[in-house]
Amino acid sequence: MIGNSVIRKEAWDKVTGAAKYTNDYIKAGTLHAKLVTSRYAHAKIKEIDTRAAQTVPGVRAILTGEGLPLTGEDLRDRPPIAFEKVRYHGEVVAVVVADTLVQAEKAANLVRITYEPLPVVGSPREALKEGAPLIHEQLGSYQKGIGTYPEPNTNIAHRTKIRKGNMEKGWAESDVVVEANISFSPSDHAAMETRCAIAEIRPDGYIMIHASSQSPFMIKKLISSYFGEDVGKVIVHTPLVGGAYGGKTPVQLELLAYLASKAVGGRKVSIWNTREDDIITSPVHIGLEATVKLGCTNDGYLKAAEILYLFDGGAYSDKAIDVSRAGAVDCTGPYHIENVWCDSLCVYTNHPYACPFRGFGHGELSFAIERTMDLLAEKLQMDRLELRMKNAIRPGHTTPTQVLLNNSNVGNLPKCIKRLRELIHWDDWQRIEIDARTVRAKGVSCIWKTSTVDTDASSGAILTFNPDGSINLISGVVEIGTGTKTILAQILAEKMKMDIKDIHVKMEVDTQTTPEHWKTVASRGTFMAGRAVLEAADDAIRQLKEIASIVLRTPIEDLEVGYGKVFLRDDPTIYVDIKDIAYGYKYPNGNAIGGQIIGLGNYILRHLTYLDKETGAGKPGPEWTVGAQAVEIEFDKRDYTYKIIRAVSVIDIGKVLNEKAAIGQVIGAMSMGLSWASRETFLFDRYERVLNPQLRTYRPLRFGEHPEYVVEFVETPQIDAPYGARGAGEHGLIGMPAALANALSIAAEVPLNELPLVPELIWRKKKGEHHGSI
Amino acid sequence: MEQTTKCEMLLTVNGEQHSVIARPADTLLFVLRTILGLTGAKPGCLNGDCGACTVLVNDVPIKSCMILAIETVEKKITTIEGLKHTPIQQAFVEHFAFQCGYCTPGFIMNAHALTKKHPLASDEIIQEWLQSNICRCTSYKEIEEAVKTVLANNSASLNDNHF
Ligand code: FES
Ligand code: FES
Repeated sequence: MIGNSVIRKEAWDKVTGAAKYTNDYIKAGTLHAKLVTSRYAHAKIKEIDTRAAQTVPGVRAILTGEGLPLTGEDLRDRPPIAFEKVRYHGEVVAVVVADTLVQAEKAANLVRITYEPLPVVGSPREALKEGAPLIHEQLGSYQKGIGTYPEPNTNIAHRTKIRKGNMEKGWAESDVVVEANISFSPSDHAAMETRCAIAEIRPDGYIMIHASSQSPFMIKKLISSYFGEDVGKVIVHTPLVGGAYGGKTPVQLELLAYLASKAVGGRKVSIWNTREDDIITSPVHIGLEATVKLGCTNDGYLKAAEILYLFDGGAYSDKAIDVSRAGAVDCTGPYHIENVWCDSLCVYTNHPYACPFRGFGHGELSFAIERTMDLLAEKLQMDRLELRMKNAIRPGHTTPTQVLLNNSNVGNLPKCIKRLRELIHWDDWQRIEIDARTVRAKGVSCIWKTSTVDTDASSGAILTFNPDGSINLISGVVEIGTGTKTILAQILAEKMKMDIKDIHVKMEVDTQTTPEHWKTVASRGTFMAGRAVLEAADDAIRQLKEIASIVLRTPIEDLEVGYGKVFLRDDPTIYVDIKDIAYGYKYPNGNAIGGQIIGLGNYILRHLTYLDKETGAGKPGPEWTVGAQAVEIEFDKRDYTYKIIRAVSVIDIGKVLNEKAAIGQVIGAMSMGLSWASRETFLFDRYERVLNPQLRTYRPLRFGEHPEYVVEFVETPQIDAPYGARGAGEHGLIGMPAALANALSIAAEVPLNELPLVPELIWRKKKGEHHGSI
Repeated sequence: MEQTTKCEMLLTVNGEQHSVIARPADTLLFVLRTILGLTGAKPGCLNGDCGACTVLVNDVPIKSCMILAIETVEKKITTIEGLKHTPIQQAFVEHFAFQCGYCTPGFIMNAHALTKKHPLASDEIIQEWLQSNICRCTSYKEIEEAVKTVLANNSASLNDNHF
């Protein structure tokens, strides 16, 4: 069962149109809300005139920002609806609720807002300049969580410091030093399902939310804490989610839907993002400006790293603080460096606000580190894979936050690099001129990632038995497309030694009846929920044995469970069928014992700590997944276009639980990484307005633009994970931007340290090289 | 103020006739989802960019966000709910050609029409057709494999017919 390419449980629903997503549940009688959003990136709101809008037939309410509490997970800096000023283009200024969407849209167009534009901040470096406009004047007064350090009277929402070893010693031991600056603007997740939330407040005070979200349990807690509602009265339903990639972790539309419902006496209100709103109004993929300085010995051993990460958190810090923290935690990439200095900042700008994106800061930091590694290899005139191999992180080393690695908590990077070398025929050639116009080149990158979830994040599972002995599996993991719920069924089938078709998976999450799973993020679903399922299975097995021991008149210790039976270990011909005890056992005279078998389990991450404020020391996550990746490209020297020929990943996944699903996750992530790196970015005008909030101008990779994909796995088990499996939902993405940039830099013979890698960028860099400036 | 004049139209969807009251300005996507409850066709952009809303009108794939319902009167509409056990659905399942599944109905409708109209489609034709849909989860490789499996079976059965 483990390792098999089991077809996902919801597969037939998804190919027949029966699969339902949040927006498919909107019923007659639901009111519709339309967002009125800001045309400016930074401006005072002088006046909001809703008179004309109010006259549109069907309009039931128009909400504005007055009197609402500030929100935010680490730092409460964001009014759910802008109040007194707007801080990004696309920010919600008013919400119109009407009987139909057409009416709501019509009224929204009639809301007249008078603004007084303010100077804008267009990048983290600009934001840190002396005299830069302050985006949050009240930063010092915001409520903040443990481990969050805003710097009042600046645009710094948070700073994570890493201080490991002795920098003076590190530089003294370094014979060769390189420094690189890299940068890229924010971009978007562009999930095919735009975000959607529906809220209703029942007469008895129960608040029913339907949301397309990775964090239904967080919605419940936050609505309770922001608005003083009883936490048990907030019930969140999340059906299948149509793509998320981190973009559906923040809680945004749910708050608006709740407020809108409250404004119309509790009636059901739906808010569904248009694509344009989804791209700029809802949270986006973070941007970064970084400076990386690496020092090594003449024979290529890294001795010192000094790293500055300036994450573009946009107008509100939300989860961007956490992303910037993750950037610090793994700041060096998967390399052993004894002396590390890193400052990772979450900086406010007048850009749409950022949130997690697949890889959670790691695709971003890897781009910075791996570009610098290539520059270092060039300077040393050393083979680029050799340099990485020499410094590859191994058991016995410590991470930047000083966690000691062992054979379980880190995968085998040297093995991944070795296999990658073979797969891409590295030793045959790395750059080759095909003809006068065409060059082929290979670029490589190594990756690692741990999670930085809450230190007390937990996951629960419930198993209820049916009269035929089949099992209902209930877990709080949201099915966002990763197939985790099917993998949980595989884990259960293996444990119970039963047919997976007899496991019925509850796809929808309902926070009232589903045990909590903290958030469906960080590639931790299989690990945490898997552990909970195993514990629940143990619980069920114990109960089955208890009843069977009475029926079979034997000690519990002599019994085994499997194949639909509880049987004697030394004589399987003596058994009782699970179906005869799953609902209690009935004796021939009518007496009964037991009752429905209900197995319970939960898992909480252990030994995680906060990071020390001054040094960053602390344990952020349970394990590090590692891997090595490569991209091969064909570059046209005449017009600077290129084609991605092949993309390769070797990832230490611990244990492959479902082969096709695992490969699908990895190549899907690789595809997203290549799409981001090669073409995706927001284009801002000089007022920091986003010029391309549509899928024809923000254009993800399409069919036929995909390269050949090669994926292989290394299996170094994580001892305390279900069957040893490591997280791998995001890792395919992490090294792609760097590997692509490295390949193109080699092909074009010019350092390319920005994203996206469009032909125009390469042309500019080439021209700049010859003419000093453009 | 509001254009409230609605009209009655007779639509033929998945072989069934439906009398629908809608505004002349309502798109086919809106009518299918909101009035007929056929939520298989998905809104992804309402702008013709993503293909998630693709249905067949007289066997031709059409983005239902880009056509008015009233334009489809007297035409034959097929949605994902109207496909039953087709080879392309089977192939999508077997090749893991989806993850979140949101783009899947649109992709399947498009690919289904492709395999019918061009039973021996070349790579160029496949690319030309499938470029109109976006999938953000998969790498497209799985979708390509699913489509090519169906085409290969087409060509096998065509060959069989020759003998
Ligand atoms: S919704 Fe019709 S093409 Fe995107
Ligand atoms: S499967 Fe998610 S967009 Fe295609």
